[in-house]
Amino acid sequence: MTHDLAIIGAGPAGMAAAVEARAHGLSVLVVDENAAPGGQVFRAAEAAAGDPAVAPELAPGLQLIAAFRASGADHRAATTLWHLDPDDGLLSLSDANGVAEARARRILLATGALERPVPIPGWTLPGVMTAGAAQILLKSAGAVPAGATVLAGQGPLVWLLAVQLARAGAPPLVLETRSTAISVALPRGGLWAGRRLLAKGLALMAEARRRGVRVVRGVRGLRAEGGSRVERIVWYGGSAPCDTLLLHEGVIPQTHVSRAIGLDHAWDAAQACWRPVLDGFGASSHDRIAIAGDGAGIGGWEAAVASGRLAGLDAARRLDALDRAGFAARAAAPLAARHAALALRPFLDALYAPPASVLAPPDDVIACRCEEVTAGAIRAAARLGATGPNQMKAYLRCGMGPCQGRMCAPTVAALIAEARGVPPEAVAPLRPRAPYKPLTVGLLAGSAESGQQPAQ
Amino acid sequence: MFRARPDARPATVEVLVEGVPVMVPQGASAAAAVLLAGLPAIRETPVTGSPRLPLCMMGVCFDCLAEIDGVPNRQACMVPVAPGMRIARQHGARVARP
Ligand code: FES
Repeated sequence: MTHDLAIIGAGPAGMAAAVEARAHGLSVLVVDENAAPGGQVFRAAEAAAGDPAVAPELAPGLQLIAAFRASGADHRAATTLWHLDPDDGLLSLSDANGVAEARARRILLATGALERPVPIPGWTLPGVMTAGAAQILLKSAGAVPAGATVLAGQGPLVWLLAVQLARAGAPPLVLETRSTAISVALPRGGLWAGRRLLAKGLALMAEARRRGVRVVRGVRGLRAEGGSRVERIVWYGGSAPCDTLLLHEGVIPQTHVSRAIGLDHAWDAAQACWRPVLDGFGASSHDRIAIAGDGAGIGGWEAAVASGRLAGLDAARRLDALDRAGFAARAAAPLAARHAALALRPFLDALYAPPASVLAPPDDVIACRCEEVTAGAIRAAARLGATGPNQMKAYLRCGMGPCQGRMCAPTVAALIAEARGVPPEAVAPLRPRAPYKPLTVGLLAGSAESGQQPAQ
Repeated sequence: MFRARPDARPATVEVLVEGVPVMVPQGASAAAAVLLAGLPAIRETPVTGSPRLPLCMMGVCFDCLAEIDGVPNRQACMVPVAPGMRIARQHGARVARP
């Protein structure tokens, strides 16, 4: 059967789009890699709702998850999209049991964000993780780091995680790397329109203080040290014992699929990342594909819900399930909600701009974790003539390991731009290839044998 | 090294990490089980043989590749635990088997 709308990702944007599209009678397929809906922000929200360490922040997601579960969308959990043919609307999927195909008239990518890579010396040592990883362990398993925990970096997630770990009895030492003065970010404005989110952030910082979280500000020159695992964190003018190091320098859109299918992307200088080119309702440069949520540019979960609703409404309008007047009436509320949710973003983007050393690390730092390629080797290859991440694959294999460039591509591109003396937007981003995630030959062969492949 | 908080999330699923039984909460991933078991590494890299543990826990970095129920190269952070699941370290590049 052909679905009216296929949605990739069951986070805030994907769930909101599904609910909206179902409300207008569309048949909706939702493909998600995780076992339960919620995305990363509301990860395991149903299971963790009783854990006081995370409950307050998960509570707003429960209603959306319940609405999504009741919506009648065909939710395929623990399922991976490994190929997408936008022209035919054909999705190739895999799960624990095998591979399958699905077709859809319209397709919404709601793949969310990933944490910006934080390549510092020693970041490949066991015991070094992202802040998001620790939060996922807390939400999905109730687990916290044992021993001396250091949370190093900047951005809203740093404060949120510091508070959640403290509530769970494992307060970290926070090393804040923010290098932009508040006075420099203030002219971006949005503080009054974004005052509700600002108040939330300030309340988190106050709670961290109240719970005795120690904070060192203005930290530079981070270095993880240790033998077979991290033992010590060192920075200019200080050091501390460290059993678990959690790094965070903000999040960037997850554009693996949107780049693989060749959609138009534009460089976002404020967020130092590529984002897909979209109209106000999420429609991309391909007439079947839309994108909503953080995968379209970082805006946070409230903006993601609003943009998901708009994309759901737009799908209904395009498939003649909603007329112009109905669309205008239904779109007003999410448009206003998105506007409000994004008000503070320019201020946050400026305040938490990643330092140059994170974007393009020193020569001795490993940039590509899979193939273990240093920043110095990448700079040297760029000087030899590698003009972008796609060419760099042939020089050094970065982008050809199991992560397919998910981790290293932004760093590789930034290093090339620096070495060649061109602006970041002059270096074309990595073009990922299918399968988007590794797939065993056995799974493919099994599908051919059992005749699961639909007839052409 | 991570520790569970049984008061918040009771450990109800028994898995085998390198052959050792470990109790973990329902909904945890195989990678979480490895961290709760305190293994020093989940894999060694094919290039230099250096030890790694999971980095992102959300399917991005592939540093959690492990052998799960006899199948190598599984992304352990994306595999929810199931009773009796066998999770083992992966050494270097996997060998293609007939
Ligand atoms: S820990 Fe990063 S992919 Fe599993």
